Amino acid sequence: MNALATFPASRSSTQIKPPGFLSNVCTVGLRELRDAVRSRWFILYTLAFAVLGLAVSFVSAAGAGNAGLSGFGRTAAGLINLVLLVVPLMALSAGAATVASDRERGMLSYVFAQPVTPFEVLLGKYLGLAGSLLACLCLGLGVCAAILAWKGHATQPSSIIWLAALSFLLALAMLSVGVLISVLARKASVAVGTAIFVWLTLVFVTDLGLMAGAMTMRLRIEELFAISLINPLQVFKMWSLHSGEASLDVLGPAGLYAIEEFGSALHAMFSACLGAWIVLPLAAASLILSRKSPL
Amino acid sequence: MIQVRHVTKKFGRATAVDAATLDVAGGESVALWGANGAGKTTLIRCMLGLLRFKGSISIDGFNVRAEGKHARMLMGYVPQELGFHDDLGVAEAVRFFARLKAIDVPSVTPILEAVGLFGQERKRISVLSGGMKQRLALAIAMLGDPPILMLDEVTASLDVCGRDEFVTLLSRMSGSGRTIVFASHRIDEVATLARRVVVLSKGRIDSEMTCDAFVASQASNTVLHLLMPEAARKPAISHLIAAGFSPSLNGVGVLVPVSPEQKAAPFRLLAEAQITIDDFELLVAHPTTHANHASPEARA
Repeated sequence: MNALATFPASRSSTQIKPPGFLSNVCTVGLRELRDAVRSRWFILYTLAFAVLGLAVSFVSAAGAGNAGLSGFGRTAAGLINLVLLVVPLMALSAGAATVASDRERGMLSYVFAQPVTPFEVLLGKYLGLAGSLLACLCLGLGVCAAILAWKGHATQPSSIIWLAALSFLLALAMLSVGVLISVLARKASVAVGTAIFVWLTLVFVTDLGLMAGAMTMRLRIEELFAISLINPLQVFKMWSLHSGEASLDVLGPAGLYAIEEFGSALHAMFSACLGAWIVLPLAAASLILSRKSPL
Repeated sequence: MIQVRHVTKKFGRATAVDAATLDVAGGESVALWGANGAGKTTLIRCMLGLLRFKGSISIDGFNVRAEGKHARMLMGYVPQELGFHDDLGVAEAVRFFARLKAIDVPSVTPILEAVGLFGQERKRISVLSGGMKQRLALAIAMLGDPPILMLDEVTASLDVCGRDEFVTLLSRMSGSGRTIVFASHRIDEVATLARRVVVLSKGRIDSEMTCDAFVASQASNTVLHLLMPEAARKPAISHLIAAGFSPSLNGVGVLVPVSPEQKAAPFRLLAEAQITIDDFELLVAHPTTHANHASPEARA
C-alpha cells in the first residue's frame, strides 16, 4: 500500500476537531504512568519502601509486644519517620525528571506541536506520576501491613490507611515542587540535583534550622508553630501525630500550643497547608511552561 | 491556508525572525531557504505555536496563539531529529500520538506500511536507524490526514541513501493536494518538492520566487567539495589557482566554487596532476555566507 492510499486527499478544517481537555490529560497521564511503573526507580523505591517499612515495623512491634500496628505506637512513629525520608525523595526526583528530560531529548517540543496545550501535558504528567507514587505507597505500606498481620501482630487498618493517605498528600506536594523544578531547569541532571538539594533542605536543614532559630532568635511558640507550617514535611508529621492516637504534645511546647489554640481546626489548617503545597507549585509550573519555550 | 503577518521573534537581543510576512496557499509546497541562523526553523516553530512571537499567524483562519489546538490539528510536523523515549515501541508511539490527535487507529500496520516501516511495529524506537525514525515521524505527522505538513530540515541527519528515499516518499505526498512548508539546505530537495521558494537571511524574508527561478539563480553558487588526504590539499590548491579557480581549504578537503559548465574541470585537472580525490560532494553556497560555510556537511 502506498502513502497516498493510506493518506488520502486532505480533509477540510471544518471536519477536524481537536481532542478535549480530559482526553489529552488522560492520554498523557496514562503514558506517564506506564513509563513510570516500567521504570527502575519505581521498582527500587517500592522494594526499598516495603523492606524498610517491614524492618521498622518488626523492630517497633518487638518492643511493643503484640500491639503491632494497633493504635499509634512505636510502629506508626517509625513508619512516619520512614515516610518523611523516602516519600519526599521519591516524589521530588520523579517530578524533577519529568519535564526536563523530555525537553532535553526534544520530546517536549514534539508533543507541544500536537493539538495539546502545555497545561494538559503538565497535568497529565503530574497525574500519571501521582498514580505511580500512589501505587508505590500502597504496595509498600500494604505489603508491610499484610506481613505484620500474617505474623500475628494485630493491625488496625484505619491507622495504616490514614497514614497512606497522608503520605500520598505529602507525595503530591513534593511532586508539585519537583515538577516546578523540572520546568525551570534546562537539563534533567540539574533538575534532579536541585530536587535532591531541596529534599536535604526540607528533611534536615529545616528541622535543625527551626531548633537553631528558636534558640538564637528566641522565637515565640506561635512563631515557631507558624514557621513549622511552612515545611510540608513538618505539616505531615504534625498531622500524622494529631490524627493518630498520639497527641501533638510529643512535639513539645509548639504542639501543646497548637492543640490549645486551634484544637479541632488543626485538621483544616494542615490540609490547607499541604493543599497549598500541592496547588501553588503546580500552578506556577503551568504558568511558566505556557510562557517559556519548550525547546 | 497559512498567513504570517509581521512576525518577529527575538531570543534575548538576537532577532531570529524579523517582521516576516508570508502567505501560503492551499496545496502549495513552499521551501524556506537560507543559511544556518537565517530563521527557517524559528519561523516553522512560530507557525506551530511552539514559540511566543510578535505579529500574527493564522492557519486556515485559526490564530495559532489563541486557537493553538485547532491550528495544530491541521498540521503534521516532522522535526530535524526525533527524540522519543528509548523504551517506547513503534506501534505504541503511533497509538499515543493518534490519541493526542483524537484519531481512532484500529491497526497501525497500514500506517507504517505507507512509510516503509512494515514489520517494525514491535521494535523499540531506540533500535531504529535515523532514516526509520524520520519515517516514523512522517507517519505520525500524517495521522488524521492533516492538510498541512511542516518539515524542518528533515533529511539533515540522514545519509545519502536515506535522504533520497525520504525525499522520494515526500514527493509522493506533495502531489496529493496537501500544503507543505519545509526548511531545507539542499537544492535537490527544494527542486524536487517545492513550487515556491522563500529565501531568508538574518531573520528577514529576502525574496520569494518560483522553484525554477530559484534553481537557476543558485547555479552560480555551486561549490565542489573535494575530500582528499591532508598532504594532497596544498598541491591541489596550487594547481586549482593556477587554472583560474578560487579554492579554499576546509577541515577535510578543498572547496572549489564552480560554474555549471565547469563542474568536471577540477577533477580532470587534479587527475592530470596525479592528486588523489577520496570523495566529493556538490554543495550550494548561500549568498550570505562564505563558501567555507556552504552547508552543514562542509562545516563538518
